[in-house]
Amino acid sequence: MSRLSVSLKEKFLNGALSITLMSVLFGFLLGGIIMLLAGFNPLEAYWVIIKGIFSRPKYVSYVIIYSTPLIITGLSVAFALRTGLFNIGAEGQYIMGALAAAAAGYYLKLPMVLHVLAAVGLAVLVAAFWGGLAGWFKARFGVNEVISTIMLNWTALYISNWAITIESFGRQGTGKTYAIQPSAHIDIVGQWKRTPEGIAFLREHPMLWDILKSPVNLGFIFALLLAALVWYILNKTTLGYELRAVGHNPQAAEAGGISVQRSMVVSMLIAGGLAGAAGAFQVLGVSHRIATLAIMEGYGFDGIAVSLIGNNSGPGCVFAGLLFGALKYGGSKIQDVMGAPTEVINIMIGIIIFFVAMPKLIRMILAYRKRREQS
Amino acid sequence: MTSVDFTHKAVEMIDVVKKFGDFTANDRISLTVHRGEVHALLGENGAGKTTLMNCLYGLYRPTEGSIRVNGQEVVISDPNVAIGHGIGMVHQHFKLVEPFTVAENIVLGLEPTKALGLLDLAEAQRQVAEISERYGLAVDPQARIEDISVGSQQRVEILKALYRGAEILILDEPTAVLTPREIKELITIIDNLTSEGKSIIIITHKLHEIKQVADYCTIIRRGKFIDRVEVDKVSEHELAAKMVGRDVSFSVTKNKVVRGDRALAIEQLVVRDNRSIAAVDRLDLELYHSEILGIAGVDGNGQSELVEALMGLRPVESGKVLLKEQDITNHTPRRMISDHRVCSIHEDRQKRGLVLEFDVAENLILETYGRAPFSHRGVLDHGEIYRFGDQCAENFDIRPRTTTQQAKALSGGNQQKVIIAREVSNNPDILIASQPTRGLDVGAIEYVHQALLEQRDKGKAVLLISFELDEIINVADRIAVIFEGRIIGIVDGAEADENRIGLLMAGGTA
Amino acid sequence: MESYVNDIAFIIGTTLMYSTPLVYAAVGGVITERSGIINIGLEGMMYFGAFVGAAVAYFTGDPWMGFLCAGLAGASLGLLHAIATVSFSAEQIVSGIAINFLGVGFALFISRLVFDGATQTLTVPNKIPLPLDFLFGEGKLFVSAGFMDLVFNRFATVYLAFLLVFVAWFVLYKTSLGMRLRAVGEHPEAADSLGISVFKIRYGAVIASGFLAGLGGAAMSIAVVSRFSNTLISGHGFIALAAMIFGKWKPQGALLACLIFGGAKGLEIFMGAKGVPIPSSLLATLPYILTIVILVGWVGRSQPPASIGKIFDKGEN
Repeated sequence: MSRLSVSLKEKFLNGALSITLMSVLFGFLLGGIIMLLAGFNPLEAYWVIIKGIFSRPKYVSYVIIYSTPLIITGLSVAFALRTGLFNIGAEGQYIMGALAAAAAGYYLKLPMVLHVLAAVGLAVLVAAFWGGLAGWFKARFGVNEVISTIMLNWTALYISNWAITIESFGRQGTGKTYAIQPSAHIDIVGQWKRTPEGIAFLREHPMLWDILKSPVNLGFIFALLLAALVWYILNKTTLGYELRAVGHNPQAAEAGGISVQRSMVVSMLIAGGLAGAAGAFQVLGVSHRIATLAIMEGYGFDGIAVSLIGNNSGPGCVFAGLLFGALKYGGSKIQDVMGAPTEVINIMIGIIIFFVAMPKLIRMILAYRKRREQS
Repeated sequence: MTSVDFTHKAVEMIDVVKKFGDFTANDRISLTVHRGEVHALLGENGAGKTTLMNCLYGLYRPTEGSIRVNGQEVVISDPNVAIGHGIGMVHQHFKLVEPFTVAENIVLGLEPTKALGLLDLAEAQRQVAEISERYGLAVDPQARIEDISVGSQQRVEILKALYRGAEILILDEPTAVLTPREIKELITIIDNLTSEGKSIIIITHKLHEIKQVADYCTIIRRGKFIDRVEVDKVSEHELAAKMVGRDVSFSVTKNKVVRGDRALAIEQLVVRDNRSIAAVDRLDLELYHSEILGIAGVDGNGQSELVEALMGLRPVESGKVLLKEQDITNHTPRRMISDHRVCSIHEDRQKRGLVLEFDVAENLILETYGRAPFSHRGVLDHGEIYRFGDQCAENFDIRPRTTTQQAKALSGGNQQKVIIAREVSNNPDILIASQPTRGLDVGAIEYVHQALLEQRDKGKAVLLISFELDEIINVADRIAVIFEGRIIGIVDGAEADENRIGLLMAGGTA
Repeated sequence: MESYVNDIAFIIGTTLMYSTPLVYAAVGGVITERSGIINIGLEGMMYFGAFVGAAVAYFTGDPWMGFLCAGLAGASLGLLHAIATVSFSAEQIVSGIAINFLGVGFALFISRLVFDGATQTLTVPNKIPLPLDFLFGEGKLFVSAGFMDLVFNRFATVYLAFLLVFVAWFVLYKTSLGMRLRAVGEHPEAADSLGISVFKIRYGAVIASGFLAGLGGAAMSIAVVSRFSNTLISGHGFIALAAMIFGKWKPQGALLACLIFGGAKGLEIFMGAKGVPIPSSLLATLPYILTIVILVGWVGRSQPPASIGKIFDKGEN
């Protein structure tokens, strides 16, 4: 217990948390200035965003749904990064996971819980393979994982697009697959809320009704569990110890008897599996199918942002994922209400990461303020 | 020694202070060097010698104090200014661009060019050949740095300074990487340079070298000026006392121990380095219990590759490593450590020895985290880990005692204590120590030597690899000399003769 | 026979067309990484350049003005990357990720402002010209749609790309500036101790890489096609990055790698057009799989500049 409080205090003093908070502050500040330059009132815009997040139960529920895949891809990136690997491939692993889940959800005939387990399990396996491949290329052939995962992203995208053209899987002409079976859904009362009894009940309970207008599902709960799992593996197990040792100093880890190559592959397998789970939950809980992709959806790339803003930790990813999800969802409202480009959110996220990348600058600013206060 | 011109002060540094944040690396240090003088700057590791010289060379700006060159007060804001004042510096870790040629390295930053900034490499080579001939510094201008010997690389560094018209040359620990023969050549070069009126400042902590080459010596300790002496008028012992601040004896007291059974036999070992050259080339060696076997040799003769091969970190191409009678060639590092009980204090503690971002306790279990009591079925037991950490901190005098501190926050000596604590607690049969005292101050060096002797007295087999011949002669029971990947002679520690070993280290026959 | 010749000409032509934008960005990558700074923000720089190039070309009617402004747009992002990585010792990959978010963000933000809420520009009135067009056609030196036309009647940006590779090679290997830049990337401490400003060289290199990546984006938006859209630069910057690595950090190597990639793309389009019975989506994976195969096969362990990604800090304060 005392150790925990010591480490929390250290974190504050070392400034990991204060650096993140300062960066977020800069993101909002500079994002506001950019809106001002473009002729929009930033205060109004932020008010619209805040209202767009909190003013109705449905909105909050949507934020959570938006955040779910971001949290999990964030965990994927964070996990690999702790082993010193940059998993730019969460995007492709997500796509492979979504594809596998859609296929399992559609083709397999299984009872309810089992079907979900099978679909998620298959998605995790396929995506773990996709991630592990990049780990293996790195461990065995020394191929930079940044490059190989980028290539695997595009390969995954086209494989997914091709799969949709298969006659028994994709509805011809729609660019989408057939919907998965209800037994594979993880929606919360997804069926019931459309039945007459459900509708009648919900009319009596407007708040619940509002929430259930969004595709509420179990994904967020799984995301929280995964965040806890990632934290546990990294901090409490020998596997996590090995992976972190390799991430900080592969040569010392090797000298201590840890297999660096194996660690790279294992880390990318797990990272891939996580991203695959994100894809699976999205299919089983929200979209119920996959569609042809013209470009990357960006869940993996956004996951990089989530991981970096969340300081590459399990709990950090939850908060960063919620922040990102809220900004994405709330930010989309300024387009309709004010005609202000929603992409200011991308700019803000970019600015936040930009400052997260420069702890030295933030420390300088903090030190400068301290000095001024003293004198 | 006859070339000093006392009427001409080449360099004067007056009350120089250099602070890094709250840390004062140089605290009012003064230094005077005359034209044609060889001036030694003596101090322990971390005393602030290199910082002071970096101020003179413009790599750092002094916080306070002034610098005069040839009687003129100057502000040296960057190396360009230093070069302009005729100051050149040869760093301890050479600053050479490996894929570039000798000539390219020498002219870099001051390249002869034709129109359009077009490089004139022919002219560069001609100029390099000319100065190298003039001062007797033989190099091949067209060779690549990565292909030439350490001694040649040092000559390139000196040529770099001369090419820029250096009149004052700073040499940072110039003999650390040289063979005894190369050291002799360096001394000849220094004589040539001073007779041409150049002044030389040598940063060193080696006393006998000061006696050999220097005219005057400035001693600093913990960032403070201690004394300036005329070298001929003081003994090595007096210099040592001034450097360390107390009377020191460099000889180690050893118990007499009878050598035990054979612990390890290495037969015809061949190991390739990163460039696929056979760095260890048909090496034979036997190591016994209750002895410290020292491996003497100049850096780069296959020592690192030998240790890596013994620890399973580098593949053995051919030959055998036998533990008692068991063949353990090419076993994994994990098996070497856990099954065969071979442990290693690696030569670069920050690279191989420690995970700097881990805390002290986490570093202490780097080899044993996977076993009880530190973990059970893959789950770490932090209570046990920190209990063990605290115990090690106490037993091995690791400071500070708080084991939740990151390893990178510790001093070099305490980092080394963490490693020794880890390896010794692992209770190995065979302990390999590579360069275990590199960069440590005298107190820490004594500690390390004592720890190695204790292990020997407990019946362990200890293999000590060092580039410092004094250390080997002081500590080892038997001395094997390595040259170009082979053991070319073994002498008894008690009868060791520095000159004879020196000759072997340079590849001569004794 | 004739048709085979034209088929080959078609493949060569499409190869050149698709390679060109990559060449600019990849050469930019070579320059920055040779100075020791990783730039995975090439994608964002291309993206922003593609938008600015098309927007300026649309409003001014002058494609060259668009081309230049695209370079400046990329260079401005390069400046940001340089400030973070050179002045404030930022983690280079993290800063590069930020640049990618910013490049996309700025492009779409401005696009929505000036193109009425759309995430694409309108068609530019004039594309980058075909400088050799006068040689082809009825009664000219070469017939139109013949081999020479298909191969050599290309946008000026194609020829400029080849010229750029030559200039970059010349500067890097034949001039003192290039030697200093390579020295900074290999051993910044050595360069610094000889009075070479690591700071200036790296700023210059990173800004130049942004400029070139911006040009690459415009070579896409106002030459290959005639407008910017939000799907135009989907991953080209990353592919340029891969090309740079498997070109072993040399301009000529990067060119070759881009041509291989473009060739795979050209082959894909050709096979698609010829109705080869392989699904087009699977054909589309060809360039990416080929890149991985090449990396795994023989370039995996090629040596990057020695100081790459490492923070150079003089230790002063």
